Amino acid sequence: MSEEIALMKGNEAIAYAAIRYGVDGYFGYPITPQSEIIETLMEAAPWKTTGMVVLQAESEVAAINMVYGGAACGKYAMTSSSSPGISLKQEGISYMAGAELPALIVNVQRGGPGLGTIQPSQADYFQTVKGGGHGDYKLITLAPSSVQEMADFVGLAFDLAFKYRNPAMILTDGVIGQMMEKVKLPAWRRRRTEEEIREQCPWATLGKTADRKPNIITSLELDSAAMEKNNERFQAKYRVVEATEVRYEEVKCDDADYLLVAFGSAARICLKTIDLARKEGIRVGLVRPITLWPFPSEVLQAHSGRVKGMLTVELNAGQMVEDVRLAVNGQIPVAHYGRLGGIVPTPEGVLAALKEKIVQ
Amino acid sequence: MKTNQIISPENLVYAKPELMNNNHMHYCPGCSHGVVHKVVAEVIQELGLQEKTIGIAPVGCAVFAYNYIDIDWQEAAHGRAPALATATKRLLPDKMVFTYQGDGDLAAIGTAETIHAANRGENIAIIFINNGIYGMTGGQMAPTTLKDMKTSTSPEGRNVQTMGNPLKILELLALLDGVCLATRVSVHTAAAVKKTRRMIKLAFENSMAGKGTSIVEVVSTCNAGWKMTPAAANDWMVENMFPVYPIGDLKNI
Repeated sequence: MSEEIALMKGNEAIAYAAIRYGVDGYFGYPITPQSEIIETLMEAAPWKTTGMVVLQAESEVAAINMVYGGAACGKYAMTSSSSPGISLKQEGISYMAGAELPALIVNVQRGGPGLGTIQPSQADYFQTVKGGGHGDYKLITLAPSSVQEMADFVGLAFDLAFKYRNPAMILTDGVIGQMMEKVKLPAWRRRRTEEEIREQCPWATLGKTADRKPNIITSLELDSAAMEKNNERFQAKYRVVEATEVRYEEVKCDDADYLLVAFGSAARICLKTIDLARKEGIRVGLVRPITLWPFPSEVLQAHSGRVKGMLTVELNAGQMVEDVRLAVNGQIPVAHYGRLGGIVPTPEGVLAALKEKIVQ
Repeated sequence: MKTNQIISPENLVYAKPELMNNNHMHYCPGCSHGVVHKVVAEVIQELGLQEKTIGIAPVGCAVFAYNYIDIDWQEAAHGRAPALATATKRLLPDKMVFTYQGDGDLAAIGTAETIHAANRGENIAIIFINNGIYGMTGGQMAPTTLKDMKTSTSPEGRNVQTMGNPLKILELLALLDGVCLATRVSVHTAAAVKKTRRMIKLAFENSMAGKGTSIVEVVSTCNAGWKMTPAAANDWMVENMFPVYPIGDLKNI
């Protein structure tokens, strides 16, 4: 049988991957540049085939809280939005982290702050990996750099979210969301039955049976001693995620004297920069973090003993660069190059910045 | 007559519903919440819905509702209970899903979630406790606080010129096509409790029958927040709350 290859936008790939992966519910609110996700779902009408619920909520706040309700039932529940809408969802994300609920949130970033622009940006890195909502929590964060990864990471995000009972985010941007590429959609996967969910998620609120105590999904604990224990449990879980789930890609790092560090759309621009630089005899490689949390600190630390410098390339004013500097810990120079407000860097611009800031 | 004779089964006229556990309630003596909790537990038990019910607790005094009734519960962020209930009922259409919310939760911070869930006609029941005050946080003004009523954030009384008017949200909700039941009850007398029990039962039946959104507003007392004895609070409610929030059905189809 020939492979099912389709040509589609990154946003459409998210929608089709969700249907095929057996997602139970999507709850969202329109915002550019990601409205194709809910539009594709409404067009595909999966409630007629897989039984997946698709609902346009009255706000991003309502949508994320619908995800909370669905996740509390052990269901595969997801939402998507873009930067201003994701800011509104932070309350719900913090509550889900506190209640240890697995779910998927997709952020197709646009330029900010405020209403900003509808053009692509990576300026929500801090919001995503450093907190965003209140309290000490972490969000599992996947950064796709192709339409294929948009499709693949839907299933991966749900797998990780349920493995650790923690919300997960696909952090992408308007470039990856809007561009069209070939994609092999994931295999069809049946939605789980209520019996299967009861077995896999014994904590889920599916109705209390006589053989167990009530299941209560809450982030509230007024007893400080108990709340400290809850936090310690979360932190222990986060350390396991950090030790187990780091994902990254290395491109031409073996002989590199200099490394570019970039994720998502910025990483694709860097691939071209590598070619341009090598034509000039500058040996450049790329480390592309795929998980932004957990961050691939160890591989960057290892490279810092060998390469002469690193340049992070980001569609922001310098956010991930802080994590790269923490990993490298002063061993070698680390600089940042970025464009702001929806402007995408050119490969030539990256090369010029590399020469100016890093190459001796 | 000895104690054992008094409590013999044939003399039993009143019992704690099995779904209510023995946890000490945090509610103040005289508060309406305890009575409404008991009624909710009784109705779930009577309808045999123990294994099919998912309750959504609010933020406010009833935040700990999940500590007292032995069913599955979700604790929502402030005002968001109808959003949680929407997804829960849509993903589990054969379950009975209800929210239990106070006036601050439902009629202030959760106004959008409440109105839009009702407008979509989500097949959920909403138990709405209206005591005209924020109890949990210590007696601040609520959207339903009466004109000239003193609270800790309206110490000279609610000035409707600057602080807005008491919000009759049940009247707003009754206008929506998605709503099948909008009724206002109370629990200050035995007869009123019986009526409340009937309406909560109907609301839960409506959820199971998929008839749309049911809202049962219980006009309630907060004697601690109102700084009155329980008996005086009941009298004050009848005299002052009922004229603004009249008891009875606004819609029942």
